[in-house]
Amino acid sequence: MSTIFGIPAPALYGQILIGLINGSFYALLSLGLAVIFGLLRVINFAHGAQYMLGAFAAYGLLSYAGIDYWPSLVLAPLIVGAVAMAIERTMLSRLYGLDPLYGLLLTFGLALIFEGAFRYWFGTSGKPYSPPAQLTGAVNLGFMFLPIYRGWVVIASLVICLGTWLLIEKTRLGSYLRAATENATLVQAFGVNVPRLLTLTYGLGAALAALAGVLAAPIYQVSPLMGSNLIIIVFAVVVVGGMGSILGAIITGYVLGVLEGLTKVFYAEASSIVIFVVMAIVLLVRPAGLFGREA
Amino acid sequence: MSVKVGSPALDRQDGVGIPMKAFAALALVGLLAAPFVFYPVLLMSMLCFALFACAFNLLIGYVGLLSFGHATFFGGAAYFTAHAVKVWGWDPLAGLLLGVLGAAALGLLVGFLAIRRQGIYFAMITLALGQMFAFICLQVPFTHGEDGIQGVPRGHLLGLIDLNDPIAMYYVTLAVFLFGFFAVWRIVNSPFGNILKAIRENERRAISLGYRVDRYKLGAFVMSAALAGLAGGTKAIVFQFATLTDVQWQMSGEVILMTLLGGIGTLIGPVVGAAFVIALQNYLASSDFPVTVLIGIIFVVCVLLFRRGIAGEVMELLKRRQSKQV
Repeated sequence: MSTIFGIPAPALYGQILIGLINGSFYALLSLGLAVIFGLLRVINFAHGAQYMLGAFAAYGLLSYAGIDYWPSLVLAPLIVGAVAMAIERTMLSRLYGLDPLYGLLLTFGLALIFEGAFRYWFGTSGKPYSPPAQLTGAVNLGFMFLPIYRGWVVIASLVICLGTWLLIEKTRLGSYLRAATENATLVQAFGVNVPRLLTLTYGLGAALAALAGVLAAPIYQVSPLMGSNLIIIVFAVVVVGGMGSILGAIITGYVLGVLEGLTKVFYAEASSIVIFVVMAIVLLVRPAGLFGREA
Repeated sequence: MSVKVGSPALDRQDGVGIPMKAFAALALVGLLAAPFVFYPVLLMSMLCFALFACAFNLLIGYVGLLSFGHATFFGGAAYFTAHAVKVWGWDPLAGLLLGVLGAAALGLLVGFLAIRRQGIYFAMITLALGQMFAFICLQVPFTHGEDGIQGVPRGHLLGLIDLNDPIAMYYVTLAVFLFGFFAVWRIVNSPFGNILKAIRENERRAISLGYRVDRYKLGAFVMSAALAGLAGGTKAIVFQFATLTDVQWQMSGEVILMTLLGGIGTLIGPVVGAAFVIALQNYLASSDFPVTVLIGIIFVVCVLLFRRGIAGEVMELLKRRQSKQV
């Protein structure tokens, strides 16, 4: 059996794969956070809860309506996005112009409500959600066995990240969005409906989180607390990357995911804190974040 | 950009006028008599959390920094004190002192990193570092992982006062709380405190006036951490255990709620908020209603409807009535 740095190669590849998968979720979630923060100046603490809601929406569609994975991949983000837009209209929009910390506190409260309610209804134990029949099984890559569903998650998240980046950088809607990030008043004066743009952006960010939740459902179990611990790691990812750039958020997500996977191989005890350690180092060396602009 | 949370008008209420003195005397009498009316453990829990909230408020209310990781200092000190008292057999007072010093050291470390960014990033960094500390507590042997440190003896304070007597324990807790509350009052009303408020109101102007704002921020952070540690250490002795619950982010969230609900930037607000939240949790403990949901709802309502908190709204009301009479 071949070894790399004294570690059996399959174990190494396996952890890199797990790292890539975790990194996919970090990237998807930090991307949504960056999009929302860019325009709304709100750190969406409910992002983890929206990820959890996405997974539960898929679970609910399957168990109560018999709708399986593929339609859920579209329906769950739409449902969560709609809920998020209602929240933005009724609550978040009242806080624009105030200290951004209030947005953080409001979304923190919302996260507690969602998580508490789902824990009350479903308990803390996870609900299983099986991957679609087309994506079960594994494929032999020669150097390792790749479970097909996991490969799909990595590819799907890459495509989604790329698509979002293209949407923001290359389309007309995206150009409005970027312009409003720079100067909302001016864009409004040009006749763009900025409040609607804000609502759409929050919906889009939440829908991305929900999509990540549906992708995660077959890998991790669907549980009320699946988002809350993840969101804190994603916050650290965002601090490392800096929220100035969309692409930066995506790259940082994948890189830190893989780094976490590698740490599991070489020094397992530190794997749960390695991202925070990286954050501390980045703060010492480059406080604005790797891709950030000094405010 | 500095972050403005408290309104400058509220600070003027912090000066001690005659009605305030009367109120303070009344409150003191109430606190002294309380253990004969209410369940002492509930009161001690309220006092510990009130001190914790006051320590937290020192940062958010007077420097404008929202720490989302204050559980690190509260829970960390609880572990240090519990370990010193139980394993090393230290006097409770020495154990408390170790807890405070440990929390201050942690505060120096976390603060040094966190003050490099402002506003929303400060909150995220403290949250992430707090989570890191919670993971470390889960893994190092002396905290005993999921079990925590159980059966911490209350012992005899200075070898004299038997803390196993609930009434004695209550008065010691009250003394600790009053000491901490007085410390916060002194800090806020000192020249140092005025510079903190200047930084909160306009950080750039404070810099241009020649103040090294980072040092003041770090100083305030360490003081806040030390006082949070005093609260955590006391809690470990009162409840005779230290567990992971005290270091996790939910605890950081709870102390934010207490302060927000009571009134950010007011001296008495955090005490009111803490008492309210602890009473509510105690009341709901026997029912089947999910406490987290209620805490979330209070958060949302506070942020949307009364951002001044209970104490802030009452003071505003009094002020309006006064100006009407004049």
